[in-house]
Amino acid sequence: MIRVILPYHLRNLARVQSEIQVDVPESATVDALLDAVEARYPMLKGTIREHDTKKRRAFVRFFACGDDYSMSDNSTVLPEKVLNGREPFLIVGAIAGG
Amino acid sequence: MKAVRVLAGTKKGAFIITSNAQRSSWTVDGPFFGGWEIYHMKGSPVDPNRIYASQSSGWFGQIIQRSDDGGKTWFQPGFKDGEPTTAPDGMPATESNRFAYDTSDKKGKPLTTHQWYDGTQHPWEFKRVWHLEPSLTDPDTVYAGVEDAALFKSTDGGKSWKELSALRGHPTGAKWQPGAGGMAVHTIILDKANPGRIYVAISAAGVFRSDDDGETWKPINQGLSSNYIPDPHAEVGHCVHRIAMHPAKPDVLFMQKHWDVMRTDNAGELWTEVSGNLPSDFGFVVDVHAQEPNTVYVIPIKSDSEHFPPEGKLRVYRSRTGGNTWEALTQGLPQENCYVNVLRDAMAVDTLNPCGIYFGTTGGQIYASPDGGDNWTAIVQNLPAVYSVEVQALP
Repeated sequence: MIRVILPYHLRNLARVQSEIQVDVPESATVDALLDAVEARYPMLKGTIREHDTKKRRAFVRFFACGDDYSMSDNSTVLPEKVLNGREPFLIVGAIAGG
Repeated sequence: MKAVRVLAGTKKGAFIITSNAQRSSWTVDGPFFGGWEIYHMKGSPVDPNRIYASQSSGWFGQIIQRSDDGGKTWFQPGFKDGEPTTAPDGMPATESNRFAYDTSDKKGKPLTTHQWYDGTQHPWEFKRVWHLEPSLTDPDTVYAGVEDAALFKSTDGGKSWKELSALRGHPTGAKWQPGAGGMAVHTIILDKANPGRIYVAISAAGVFRSDDDGETWKPINQGLSSNYIPDPHAEVGHCVHRIAMHPAKPDVLFMQKHWDVMRTDNAGELWTEVSGNLPSDFGFVVDVHAQEPNTVYVIPIKSDSEHFPPEGKLRVYRSRTGGNTWEALTQGLPQENCYVNVLRDAMAVDTLNPCGIYFGTTGGQIYASPDGGDNWTAIVQNLPAVYSVEVQALP
């Protein structure tokens, strides 16, 4: 079970109050995690990644265990502490705009 | 009529302002979708409690919201409480925020680029929904005008969208270019007297008309003159800011262009200028009185370089003669130090008698006149910048 913290606006769309939890296979990648998030909360499709390309939206960032996973490629496996639920995976709206 | 409901889209959320038919005391509800840009909200003419809203953000993209109870509660179409969110195959039941341009071999492949600001060609990229126009006959059918300029249609209450790609596929499509605000289908007019007839306006391409519910399109820009394109009288390239039609005289349309206020009497086949004595013929909004098809309203803005009212005076101009002769309406509007703008989708009229006129400003005021423009009151102040105003007269 992976813990995921969504930004405020996406929590509202998903109608959740705090962090969410999703199941992923062992040694899951960032993309596998996002697939699981979108499957559990389909109203979020297109808000984190583009619909067709699954490319990360420009002003969305991914952080975990003090590291930036925004630029990770499809094969990047999530850190152990995220996979075992000790640390959350953070989906963050970039600090930009007004 | 028992009530009036004003739907206001703003830079940071949606607001619903209601009154009784006297339009003298107003209640403000909201913000809905706080923090998101609400480009437009509009109710179905056949079911006023069915309201569609375009919600977008630079971070998280496009969302479509729908209310079936007059704006009390909202949901993304396909994700209403109690309804399954996935199909039997486990896939999302709907993708109400997916606006995929047509890439089919037959229609989509030629639609690769449009003109960019610098004159080069640029790929089509969906950015947001500017305008939602519900069908005149079916609450589940709604049209969406989007940036980059294209027209989409939903027939399932906003759950899914299909591009009417013949518009973008018009042979002139590669010549369309963005205006300062982007390149969008920002106006959609459905003609009750001529089923299947649709007008759209695009900045900066011009006006197009379909007589077959979007299967084919014709540019209708003859008579327009624009000095910011190589040929001022070209078939396309005109920055049309808004068009308006009275349903009782559907062949007569009025236009606020980048510069010039225009009129056509033959469904867009030929436009003539009716700017007359306006202090500036630059502006964004134009609308028509609900009972008087020849009474028209505009709000002059100083220039394309200075987007605020001339002389710092916020004045609505009314023509009772279908243009050319205009009178300033100022009672209740600020007549000094006013430097707000009124954006293209931010004026509306109700269907009561006397007719109510409404507009919102980038300074966050919404002004209403319950008497056809003679007297104005700010029904709410200090909202975020107002992007759009629609009004419903409720039975």
